[in-house]
Amino acid sequence: MLLSDKKITIILNRLCYQLIERHGDFSNAVLVGLQPRGTLLLDRLVSLLVKSGIDSPKIGKLDTTFFRDDFRRSERPLNANATVMDQSVEGKDVVLIDDVLFTGRSIRSALTAIDTYGRPKSIELLVLIDRRFSRHLPIQPDYLGAQIDALQGDKVKVVWSENDTENTVYLEKHLE
Amino acid sequence: MKALSVSHLLGIKYLQEEDLHLIFETAKHFKEVINRPIKKVPSLRDITIANLFFENSTRTKLSFELAEKRLSADVLNFSANQSSVKKGETLVDTVNNILAMKVDMVVIRHPHPGAAHFLSKRVDSCIINAGDGTHEHPSQALLDAFSLQEKFGDLAGKRVAIVGDILHSRVALSNIYALKMLNAEVQVCAPKSLLPKHIESLGVTVSTDFSHTLKWCDAVNMLRVQNERMDLNYFPSTREYSQNFGLTRDRLKPLRKEIVILHPGPINRGVEISSEVADSEQAIILDQVENGVAIRMAIIYLLASKLNIPIA
Repeated sequence: MLLSDKKITIILNRLCYQLIERHGDFSNAVLVGLQPRGTLLLDRLVSLLVKSGIDSPKIGKLDTTFFRDDFRRSERPLNANATVMDQSVEGKDVVLIDDVLFTGRSIRSALTAIDTYGRPKSIELLVLIDRRFSRHLPIQPDYLGAQIDALQGDKVKVVWSENDTENTVYLEKHLE
Repeated sequence: MKALSVSHLLGIKYLQEEDLHLIFETAKHFKEVINRPIKKVPSLRDITIANLFFENSTRTKLSFELAEKRLSADVLNFSANQSSVKKGETLVDTVNNILAMKVDMVVIRHPHPGAAHFLSKRVDSCIINAGDGTHEHPSQALLDAFSLQEKFGDLAGKRVAIVGDILHSRVALSNIYALKMLNAEVQVCAPKSLLPKHIESLGVTVSTDFSHTLKWCDAVNMLRVQNERMDLNYFPSTREYSQNFGLTRDRLKPLRKEIVILHPGPINRGVEISSEVADSEQAIILDQVENGVAIRMAIIYLLASKLNIPIA
């Protein structure tokens, strides 16, 4: 286990305050969770923001499947998830939200995908976990939960429990 | 993670129920994509698709072309009436010549039943049937079923009537296969002369009484009378056909329910459907056209992901 529930709660609160520090009343901000797993983190952050007095921040859920660069290159077919974007991001300050930042390729596809909803004023990246030294592209987070070191074949999993009392992040070692 | 069970789309007959659900699920995502300010995704930017139309078409051709462009594929258009087909070239030669220009997928419409199937056995490319004579028109059936599913949710147990020129209609046959696969009940309704023999062997009920069919169904798919495929007179006059099988306000009024009305187009206003009905809220004809692009994007995307061509 890399992060316990207690640690995750502290991190989420910190990320929430960092967002408020930067975006104030969120009038120009749009929080965009990346499908499938970033949206779970988005939901948690939104409920914390609401508790901190931010009245219904604008959110979206973005699926980047059709923008990925591994179409026909991946062993598995790429199946999409739903995208829910009810507003244009033209001129907005967008925060992309995902659980784990690994190679950076998903974020690159998200940067292309978000453009189909308009030209944002700025785009930032928030991740819960940053897997250090594993980037294929020059992409770094603006808001960061925790940094970890993991080997290439390892899997980092963020598990959100239903009642939010046993959230954990753990490392699955790759066995040869 | 799911993939289609086939590597060509030749007809609904060759698909499994899971294929239909996968296509619908993917189409739902593409429908969202084509409603964005920028309606394009880069998935197929290294794929080239040839649209070979050996028979006239407006909407299907435009719909396929738009779907391909929305997926960022390169598109070649070919119409038989401006080609060497008139000079005596065979179908296989024509297609192989086009494939030699490094084309990855072929969308074909042809007046002869089985043309797409024939090609898939003889050329090394992914074939999508955009209508082969009086045989199948799978993308139309998929978009019809998808549009119905949007209206009804699950189609199981829903009653769908297909009315009109069943004999010459590839839309009818593909629709029957698709709707039966999704466990809907299907009835075909037409004058006896426009009903193929043994059609009930496909698991559909048959009616020659349009009023009765309208009372029975939840949705009705009105087919066009295909004069261009008729070698003799199948009914005494257009007026008589229209009186017996034309969908009008007066026919719908006595029904104590609102049925969903589909039409694959092109519409012959005043023949199989009155203008009033075609433009009413009940008719989802323009939804069908919008869904057509999303369904074709899904078909092309899913088939392209199975393409076995080397990557640069």
